Amino acid sequence: MKILRQFTIILVISFLGEGIKMLIPLPIPSSVWGLVLMLAALQFGIVKVEQVKEASSFLIEIMPVMFIPAGVGLITAWPVLKPVFVPVMIITAFSTVIVMAVTGIVTQKMIKMGRNGEDENVSD
Amino acid sequence: MKTFLIDSVFFGAGISLIAYEIGLLAKRKFRMAIFNPLLIAIFCVIGILMVLKIDYKDYDKGAQYLSYLLTPATVCLAIPLYEQLTLLRKNLKAVAAGILSGVLSSLVSVFVLAKLFSLSHEMYVTMLPKSITTAIGMGISEELGGIATITVAVIVITGVLGNIFSDIICKCFKITQPVAKGLAIGTSAHAMGTAKAMELGPVEGAMSSLAIAVAGLLTVIGASVFAGWM
Repeated sequence: MKILRQFTIILVISFLGEGIKMLIPLPIPSSVWGLVLMLAALQFGIVKVEQVKEASSFLIEIMPVMFIPAGVGLITAWPVLKPVFVPVMIITAFSTVIVMAVTGIVTQKMIKMGRNGEDENVSD
Repeated sequence: MKTFLIDSVFFGAGISLIAYEIGLLAKRKFRMAIFNPLLIAIFCVIGILMVLKIDYKDYDKGAQYLSYLLTPATVCLAIPLYEQLTLLRKNLKAVAAGILSGVLSSLVSVFVLAKLFSLSHEMYVTMLPKSITTAIGMGISEELGGIATITVAVIVITGVLGNIFSDIICKCFKITQPVAKGLAIGTSAHAMGTAKAMELGPVEGAMSSLAIAVAGLLTVIGASVFAGWM
């Protein structure tokens, strides 16, 4: 029954996320609202990590499987995608690499700068 | 036989899971990034549907139960994130700067490349939300007058690319710090990338989850500004 209770908590929070989405007219999906709610619930001690641990680890572990239907769904978009396929693919590939590189490099540089600053303070 | 498969509610989910098992086997056997279980599973299922001439909507009758789990799974990403909250607070400035620069570079790169290929305004706004999670991206695309079907396709392709190549790209650009790696993957390849980041480690996974939400929200604002530029 423990795992069932964990799923119950997760589904209730997902449902509350849906509720917020309905009330607030922004293009923010219920999953993101739910993520914020879950984080708040953990932070304020309403939900404890042990109360959702196993079920959440399971769901996160099998997450790639949940994207298979969306990936297969590309075949339905193919007629619309076909005429623009080459430029779209090139833009997508380039942009993905650029975003990953920029985000990673900026974060890494900033963390290193922060650490160096700390070290100087220590040596002072 | 075909009517049976079309009517079955277990066929879609069943072949998806079997295809994923095949993907896992191939990954274990060849140990190369291109043998990505998700990519292999997608190709296997597409192949099966084409050979058996089964419509996507009939496949989705069963497969939708896999997609159904996406919302609760995304909600669960809060847990690894919560466990890394101290680390997040310690690196707050770096994290904020990283995601912000990532979102800007996404919008700028789509803008420049769209100009280069002289895409129409419609295609340009369709591509703008390519790096963020499907539900937010679709909303933005519709709002700005894009083609939602293509936006979803581009988001999925981005996610698959991120899932396959994130390890290699991080190595190429010498991104080794776990926080930086996680943010890089999540900002560029949303939840599909995050699925990969989770395999790399708890810090990578948590930071990637954070990036899905923050980059998604920043793109809502950013895309509406960039849409006016072309």
